[in-house]
This record gives sequence, C-alpha cells and structure tokens, in this order.
Amino acid sequence: MGTQRRFRIWRGDTNAGDLVDFDVEVNDGEVVLDVIHRLQATQAPDLAVRWNCKAGKCGSCSAEINGRPRLLCMTRMSALPPHQPVTVTPMRTFPVIRDLVTDVSYNYQKAREIRAFMPPKGVQPGEYRMQQVDVERSQEFRKCIECFLCQNTCHVIRDHEENKAHFSGPRFLMRIAELDMHPLDAADEESVDRKRAAQDEHGLGFCNITKCCTEVCPEHIKITDNALIPMKERVVSLRFDPLARLLRRDRR
Amino acid sequence: MTEIEQHDFDVVVIGAGGAGLRAAIEVRELGKRTAVICKSLFGKAHTVMAEGGIAASMGNVNSRDSWQVHFRDTMRGGKFLNNWRMAELHAKEAPQRVWELETYGALFDRTKDGKISQRNFGGHEYPRLAHVGDRTGLELIRTLQQKIVSLQQEDFAQYGDYEANLKVFAECTITDLLKDGGAIAGAFGYWRETGRFVRFDAPAVILATGGIGKAFKVTSNSWEYTGDGHALALRCGAALINMEFMQFHPTGMVWPPSVKGILVTESVRGDGGVLRNSQQKRFMFDYIPEVFKGQYATSEQEADRWYDDPDNNRRPPELLPRDEVARAINSEVKAGRGSPHGGVFLDISTRLPAEVVKKRLPSMYHQFKELADVDITAEPMEVGPTCHYVMGGVEVDPDTAAASVPGLFAAGEVAGGMHGSNRLGGNSLSDLLVFGRRAGLGAAIYVDKLGARRPPVRVVDVEAAAQRVISPFRADTDEDGGENPYLLHQELQQTMNDLVGIIRRADEMELALKKLAQLRRRAEHVVVQGHRQFNPGWHLALDLRNMIAVSECVARAGLERTESRGGHTRDDYPVMDADWRHALLVCALDPDSVEGSVRVERKMQIPMRADLAGLFELDELKKYFTGDELPGGTD
Repeated sequence: MGTQRRFRIWRGDTNAGDLVDFDVEVNDGEVVLDVIHRLQATQAPDLAVRWNCKAGKCGSCSAEINGRPRLLCMTRMSALPPHQPVTVTPMRTFPVIRDLVTDVSYNYQKAREIRAFMPPKGVQPGEYRMQQVDVERSQEFRKCIECFLCQNTCHVIRDHEENKAHFSGPRFLMRIAELDMHPLDAADEESVDRKRAAQDEHGLGFCNITKCCTEVCPEHIKITDNALIPMKERVVSLRFDPLARLLRRDRR
Repeated sequence: MTEIEQHDFDVVVIGAGGAGLRAAIEVRELGKRTAVICKSLFGKAHTVMAEGGIAASMGNVNSRDSWQVHFRDTMRGGKFLNNWRMAELHAKEAPQRVWELETYGALFDRTKDGKISQRNFGGHEYPRLAHVGDRTGLELIRTLQQKIVSLQQEDFAQYGDYEANLKVFAECTITDLLKDGGAIAGAFGYWRETGRFVRFDAPAVILATGGIGKAFKVTSNSWEYTGDGHALALRCGAALINMEFMQFHPTGMVWPPSVKGILVTESVRGDGGVLRNSQQKRFMFDYIPEVFKGQYATSEQEADRWYDDPDNNRRPPELLPRDEVARAINSEVKAGRGSPHGGVFLDISTRLPAEVVKKRLPSMYHQFKELADVDITAEPMEVGPTCHYVMGGVEVDPDTAAASVPGLFAAGEVAGGMHGSNRLGGNSLSDLLVFGRRAGLGAAIYVDKLGARRPPVRVVDVEAAAQRVISPFRADTDEDGGENPYLLHQELQQTMNDLVGIIRRADEMELALKKLAQLRRRAEHVVVQGHRQFNPGWHLALDLRNMIAVSECVARAGLERTESRGGHTRDDYPVMDADWRHALLVCALDPDSVEGSVRVERKMQIPMRADLAGLFELDELKKYFTGDELPGGTD
C-alpha cells in the first residue's frame, strides 16, 4: 500500500520558525494536501494550513513545494522526485501568520484600489448584447482563482517589500486589462483611463515581462502575453502618439 | 474576562457565498450598515465550486421557456414536496437576478445574437442554464465580490472609509447567536488567525452558511460545509425542515482514492455525455421511473436526435433528475456491472470532438488530467455518487426569508423548502441570488420596523459563549487523555456514509443514532493541542458539534419518513407514498434533553394555490397527490 516519505515543513510564526521533519505514509494517487492532512490527524494537530475545495477551484492552499509556488491540492506526490524529502514552505512574498498560512491582505487592498466595472448608461438589465469572440479575452482573465501564486512569484515584490506600495502585481494588472477589454465597460464615458491608471497608479512599468507569473498560474492563464504586454503596448502608443502628447501638454 | 472586540451593525450576514454576498449587497443598498462574516478568505466560498450554471427561464436559446415551465420542472424535480411559493418566486425572479449580474460586470458565454447562452441540464425541459464554461460558480462569486468592492469604493468616495457601511470579516467563525427576549441581539465568534473573540451587536442576522456535506465521507463539499448555520439556528430555537433529504450527485470522481467525491459536472451529460456500465450498455434507459415515463427518450436513436431536434424528440434519460441517476448508478454497481474502481463510465470522448470538450469543459479536462491521469477527450471517466447538497434547512417565510426567531433570516443552502426532496442542477445558484436578495430585503425591513428598540446583548451570554469556545483547551481529566477531533470527525463521516447514505434502512439509521449519541458525548471531551493562533485542530473541534447536531437531524428525520422520495431512498420503504407528500418533518432542539438532542415533529404543508396547480395536467398530479388533494377533490 503506502510508502514512507519524509516531509520538511516550515513551522513557526511572525517571530521565528524552522523546517521540521516528519516521516509519513503516502498512498497511491495522493496529492501533497492529503499528506498534510494525514500529518494533522496523526502527528501535528495544530499544523496551520489554508485549504477549502481540494479540487483546484478556490485557490486557498497556495504554498511553495520544493521551492516552487504551487497549489497543495493539485500537486500529486507522483510528480515529485521519489527519493528526496518534500519541502513545503509558506509563500515567501507575504508575511507569515503561522506555519503555511500567510497574510495575503496586500492583495485585497490592491483589489479595492481598482475602479470597479462601470455599467453602460442607458442599457437596461437584460439588454446587454456582446459577441462571444469579444467576451473571450476578458473571460480568460476571469478564470483567475486568486491563489496569488503569480503575486508570490513576481520578482518586483518577492524580495522587495518597498515596491508593494506602488505595484499591484500581475493578478491585479490583469484585472485592469480584463476591465479594459470588457466590451461594455463604460470607463471612457466616465473619462476614466484604465490603461493610464495601470501605468501611473498600479505600477505596470515595473513589469519587465519575465513571464514568471504565467509559469506558475494553475489556471494556465497567459497573464504576460495576453494581459500585461497588450496593455503595455497600448500605454506606449498613448505615450508616444504625437497628437496625444500635444493634447496632454495642452491640458497641463 | 478580558475585553472583547465589539462591533455594531444593522445586519450581520454569516457566510460569503452567493447567498450571503447577494444579501449583503441588498442590505447595503438599502442604506443599512452591514457586516459579512466568513470562515475563509473573501472569495473562496463553496459557491466557487459550482460548475454547470444558473437556471433562469430567459428563453434565449428556446423561446418557449417561461417561469411557468421552470416552476413545473422544479416541482417535478423535488417530487412535489417543494414549498410551492418559494419555487414560484424563484422561477419568476431568476431571470432578473441573472441579468442584474451583467450590470455588476459578469461575462457569461453568449448566443450568436449576443445574448446570454443557456445550456441543457437534468430535469430542465429547455436549455436554461446561464454559464461560463464549467466555472459558473467562480464567475458568480467573483462578480458579487467585485460588486461589494464597488459599493465600498462608493463609500470611500463619500466617507473616506472603504468599510464605512459594508465590512467583510474574513477568516472569522461565528459560534453562537445571541438573543434577548426571544429576538436576535447579535452574534459571537472568534478570529481564526489570532483565536481572539469578537462580538457583534446587531438586531438582524442572515444565515448564509451553505450545507453540511463534511459530515459525510465521500462528498463534493469543501471543509467549510460543517452545518454551522443549521446548528446555529437549532441552538437559538429555530426549526429545520426536510433534513432527511440529501442530494447525492450522480457523478463524482471515484479514483484515485484521495480525490474520491470531487464533482464531475452535470454539464458533461447536458452537453452529450452518456453513462455506460461495464457491458458498455447505456443503462439509464432501464431506469426511467413511472412518474417520468413519457417525458424521456426510450431508445438511443431518439435520445441522440434530441440534441439537434429537441422539439420532435424526447430527452435522453441521462438527464433525469439527480436522485434518479444516482440511484441507477448505485444499482448498476451493486449488480456487479460497475467500472474497475466501483463506479460507472461517463463518456464524452466518443460524443464530441476533443477541441469542443476542452472548450466547453475546461476544468473537467484539467481535473482528470492532473488528478487521475485520464484524458477525457480520449477515454471515458469513472464516476459514482457523491454527497453534494442538503435540501433541508431552516424553515423560512418564502417572501422574506425570515425564520421563526425574530431577527433571524436564512438564504441559500442553509434554508429549507425551495427544492423539496431533490434539487435540480442549476437551481442552486439561482436560489442563492433570488433568496439572498429577499433575505437582505426582509432583514432591512425588519430593522426599520424595530427602530430604536434593539434587543441588547447580555454580557452573561457572551461569557458563556466564550467559555464554550475555549473548553477544548482545558486539561482533560479523563484517563485516556481526551478525544482527537480529527479521528472523531473521521468516525462521524464513516457513520453517516455507511448508515445514512444514499440507500437507507431503519436498523441502520437506528444504529447511526446510537453512534451519534456516543459521538456527541465524546465530542465534549475533545482536547486540542497548542495555542489559539490559527489552530486547525481547535477549529475542527468547534465545527464538530455542529456536524453532529445536523447529522442527528438527518438520521432522525430519515428514520421517521417511511417512504422513498427524492434524496431519501429507503430499502425497507422503496415506494413513494402520496400520504407523505404534504408532510414536512420539522427538527428542533428537544427541550427535555439535557445533552441537546433533537426531536422531530410532523407538520402539514399548505396546499398549492389553485392557479399553480392548474399549470399541471391532472394526470400528472395524480401521480403525486392523494385523491383529496386533487383539484375538484376525490375522483
């Protein structure tokens, strides 16, 4: 049946912590979260971990497995090297609360700072008409389960606490792109320029398209190629459009 | 006692899934100060796992659809035990609630003429489910979450404070409701992160806590589904109805063992998937029950023609309501015609091109690929029943969602009645929106009527609640050193799975009640290690008593109902009995029991309004109603 595996799990809190070794049974077909649950039930009842759906749909159980940002519930034991210990540590970019649980409130603050969807004036509920091809671009970004692994891996903030105030991270830059590509968002009518907000308020310029965010996305969203780069291109064309520049200067 | 964090609100919403968030939006838009309290992070609620869609008779794909047809389907799905007023409100209001989501920014899949696309689902006569691929729940939760943020932005613009009128308390668990003079005065809970206590003073509480699936071993439900709202309602004197009806979704994953129970969306069948046994037979044709004869195709040829020509063919029996399909799968496996891992085969690979499968069912494709090494575009899935939904819940007034305790409201899965004995797929998300909004409205009106006469929170109740919450930390004096919450939970799940599962018998349910009584006593001796900061063992210890209480309701009501109907199937009473249709089983705490046991009483349903009964053919009503109940009396 099961085989014995060694797990090295970071345990601690805001003050201090260290990797703790556990030897634990692992069965066919299990994911890392199954093994963590077995540890809770048998060896470490107070081991702190976030999880909800255990089906890759809610994005709660984000952590780093052997140094790689992943969902605990979607990482099969069979996908990890068989003869090495499995190291599980909390997401590095966010402050630790306890064990594998981190304080992700940064993300909720950033979410709140993006101007919400603006419904088109005069279009009644039930009268919204959009073509599938037009909604698909934003739909890709709305697949996001907010696991914050892209935020965690982004080097702009991963080891640079000082950038957090000025940079909303790939998840929320993608949210701006999603709204910007929404066929009926009325930002223009309200004189809100989402692209400029991305650049000026949310730090789009910090992103130098290394695509680390795309690599770790469990939903396989092409964050960089489909959200960030197109938005960067449009910002650039705004900046360097001679007519736009003239208008900007006039406005000053 | 040390100082406890305290907050004042007009309305406290417990739960941040579809019902809770829709309720909170309504309350806040009516100008009330609102708190939303959730056990998880904001945006992680169980609603996120809903896959197939939201049922609403918009008629975008088939213009023959209407609220009347939706109402009929809902009543049939629930075997006519539904609260007909709730089913009526639900069918009438669902389209408005879906369209409203688009004004919040939702992006549903579209029809060719740019409207919201609608897909077929079990028990729905026409394509009715608004959807986004197979991740509709995620779209719903994110849309409502973003609407909440948008309301907070309005408050920020006006007051300089995002949380001036609408505040989300994430990772916070409510353990007790507080009352004064019989009416709601507030709620008591703790922050999961710090373990510190928090007290809410509020004259109205809306329960939107979802279901109880974590009391069962094989379930599609997330850890949060521990029956908190059901138990909170019971403990503060409200009644639960229909608790014997549990929905076992026919298609959960069966292999590997660690993923057993994870949902496989009904959309697989709605989009053309078929069920086969080990002899490659489409067995559902053998399981069309008497009440649905005439409504479903009797040959594979007719069933296959239906996808392109639904007006001239009857629908495939794979799309029977969930209770029927789950029982059929159970029977096939029991008869030795199951798949290698104890399920049956669900095949979409021979029915649709690989690219279409990936486009329509992307999450299913990834789920099987990543968790089971199965490519669903090339081979069949193995599936079997999984505990999915509780039809039972708090007895509420259909129009206002008010429970019998003044100031208490309930919406969504935690409320009972709407779905009768079995819920149709897609009717849950619409239920959340319709009755979430109504609960918000009901609570706001209640608060207005109350004016300044708000029931005060009594300090003695707060202290008692605090004592209960920290009791698992006490040094237990028992010789065996106290009970392990994880092991107790496993025993509970095994008990419910084995003895009060998809097929039930009197002796097994009696045994379950004995075991539950033991578990309840043992749960009082649970001991947890460590301290109060983010301690999952402690959290589970507190959730356990809720799961045990609701499990007792399921078993007790199940034992009482001596018939088979919807999500309650009895080996010893296999037939549906018209004399039971109008009977509701009401669970309440037994005032004579020192240990908090529940008792069950029978109550008659209000007969269906004549105009609604008139929507059905007399011949159909005869299958469900007693002679006295039929329009025009005995015939």
